[in-house]
Amino acid sequence: MFTLERVAVFAALFAVLPALAQTPRLGQPISPEDIAQWDISIGPDGAGLPSGSGTARQGEPVYVAKCQACHGEKGAGKPNDPLVGGIGTLAAGKMPVKTVGSFWPYSTTLFDYVRRAMPFQATKSLSADELYAVSAYLLSLNGIIGPEEVMDAQSLPRVRMPNRDGFIPFPRNPRESSAFPE
Amino acid sequence: MSNNVAVPRPGDPVAGNGMLSRRLFLERTLVAGAVGVGAASAGMSKASAEPLAVQPWMTTPGTGFEGYGQPSRFESKVVRFIPPPPNPATQGVGPARTPLHLLDGIITPSGLHFERSHSGIPDIDPDQHRLVIHGLVRRPLVFTLDALHRYPMESRIAFIECAGNSALLNAPKPLPLGMAAIHGVFSCAEWTGVRLSTLLDEAGVDPSARWVIAEGADACSMSRSIPLAKAMDDTLVCLYQNGERVRPSNGYPLRLLVPGFEGNMNVKWLRRLKLTADPAMTKDETSRYTVLLKDEKAWQFVFPMEVKSVITRPAPGLRMRGPGLYEISGLAWSGNGSIRRVEVSADGGKSWARAALQNPILPMAPVRFRAPWQWNGGPAILQSRATDDKGNAQPTRAAFAAERGMRGVYHYNAIASWRIDEKGEAYNVYA
Repeated sequence: MFTLERVAVFAALFAVLPALAQTPRLGQPISPEDIAQWDISIGPDGAGLPSGSGTARQGEPVYVAKCQACHGEKGAGKPNDPLVGGIGTLAAGKMPVKTVGSFWPYSTTLFDYVRRAMPFQATKSLSADELYAVSAYLLSLNGIIGPEEVMDAQSLPRVRMPNRDGFIPFPRNPRESSAFPE
Repeated sequence: MSNNVAVPRPGDPVAGNGMLSRRLFLERTLVAGAVGVGAASAGMSKASAEPLAVQPWMTTPGTGFEGYGQPSRFESKVVRFIPPPPNPATQGVGPARTPLHLLDGIITPSGLHFERSHSGIPDIDPDQHRLVIHGLVRRPLVFTLDALHRYPMESRIAFIECAGNSALLNAPKPLPLGMAAIHGVFSCAEWTGVRLSTLLDEAGVDPSARWVIAEGADACSMSRSIPLAKAMDDTLVCLYQNGERVRPSNGYPLRLLVPGFEGNMNVKWLRRLKLTADPAMTKDETSRYTVLLKDEKAWQFVFPMEVKSVITRPAPGLRMRGPGLYEISGLAWSGNGSIRRVEVSADGGKSWARAALQNPILPMAPVRFRAPWQWNGGPAILQSRATDDKGNAQPTRAAFAAERGMRGVYHYNAIASWRIDEKGEAYNVYA
C-alpha cells in the first residue's frame, strides 16, 4: 500500500542516497603501522624524523663514499649540483649561487631529500645514523654547525639556516590557495 | 591604407610590416583581389606544375595492420629534444622537450608530451601499485588500480607547463636555440581520471588539514605540497592520457593533474597523499621552483602558470621560402583561466594585429591562434601577446624584468621574439 509512512521512508532514502551513491567507496582501511614503510614525510618542525644521530666528522667518510662522485670534493659540485658555498650571493645585483648553505631555508629538507632521493643509484639505502652524519657534514662544510655537533631528531630542526627568512608569498596566487605558512 | 575603416576587410593590412586582418582566415572569400595576395604572392614559381607521376604505392598493396600504430617513417625527425645530461651517471634527470614547432592543433601526441623526471622513469606493475591517503583524515585508505577504475571519471583538456619552461630567456644575451629547447616543456593532453575530492571525501578530511603532500613511487619519491583548496576544487587523479592509459614517462599508472598550476605539482607515479596542517617544505618547493627576485628575497609557492603565448610557426628550423602570404600560428594559455585575446606583431611590438582564436577555448588549456602575414621578404620581428579572461596580459620582457629581475629562473612568461632574416630563417632574439 502507498501510505504516508512509506512515502516518508522513501523520501528519506532518496535524501541519503545521492551522497552514498556518488562513489563506490572502495578504499580499504589501513593502519598507520602498515603505512609506516612509505610514510617518509618530515616536517620543517622535525615531525617524522627517525631516531639516530651523527656528526660531521662521522659524515665525511659517508659523503666521500656515497656522494662525492657526483657532487665533488667537499660539496663543491660537478658534475652535479654544488652543495656548499654561495652564502651572500643572493644579494641584489649578484649572480646567485644557490646551495644547501646559501639558499635552503630548512635543515629538515636536507635530511628528507637525502633520505628519499639519494644516493642516486640506491635511494633510501643510508641508515638513520648515516643520514644524520652526512647532513651534519654538509651543514658543517657550509659553516652552519661545528664539526662535532651532534645532529639528531631534536637538534637538526633547531639548526637555523642562513636563508630561513628569504622567502615571501607570491602575490598573485588564487585567493583560495594563498595560504602561506608562518 | 585603411586605418580609418572601422572594420577591416579581409586582406587589409591592420598592423605594420604586413600583418593582415584575421578575417582573411575567418572569411575565406574575396581574398585574392583584396590585397593582391593571390597566386602571384604565394612565393612559389608560376611555372606550370610537373606532370603527375604514378607512384609505386598507387599500384601495389601496402603493408598489413599493426597492433599499435606508429607515425609515418617520413616523420622520424618529429621527436622530443633531449639535452645531454650534466652527468652520464645520472640518466633520467632533466627534461625531454616537445617539438611544438612541428605540431599543430592543441593536443600533444602522448609520445611527444614533454617529460621532466628527477630519478628516471619507473617500470611500475599496475597490479602492485597502491595509492594511500592518510594523515589528517578520519579513515586512512588504500586504493588499488582496479578499485579506482570503478569510480566515476571525468575528462578535461589541460596544459601542463614546467615552471622552468622558457627559463633560457632569462639569459642576458639571446641564445641561438629553437622552439623545443626554449619553450618545449609545455604540452597538452586530454586527461581522464577520478576527482581527488571524491577520494579525499571518502577518507574524511579533518577540519585542521590545509595541505596535501603528494608523493610519487619513483626512486626519488618526488614530493610536493598542494593547497587543500586546490585539491578539493579541480584536481584529478588521472588514469588516462589522450584516451589511453597514462604513458610511463607521464606517470603510469597514476598521476595528478593540478590544472593551471606549475608542472612539478602534477605529481607522477602517484603513490601517497598525506593531509597536513602545513606544507612539507620539500626540496622541490624550497631549493627549486622558487623565484629569486631582484633583492635577496624569493617568491615561494608560485602556483599558477601565468598568461603566455608563443609563435610556433614560423620558428627556428622552419625556413620560409620566399616572400608572400604566410600564416603565423601559435599557442596561448593561462593557468588562471581562459584566453580572451591574442595579438601578433611583425615589427617587434610597434603595432599589433588581432589573431583568430581557434575553438575550443577552454580554461587551463592552450588555444591555437592564427594570423595572416604578408611577408615582403625583408627583416621582421615576430611577437605574440596574450590576455586572459581575468584581464591578465602577457608582459613585455622589460616589464617582466622590472617586476622581478632576471634571476628568478622559473615562471618566465614574457613576450618572446623571433627575428626573421632575408633568407626566411628565424632566430631567438630580444626585442
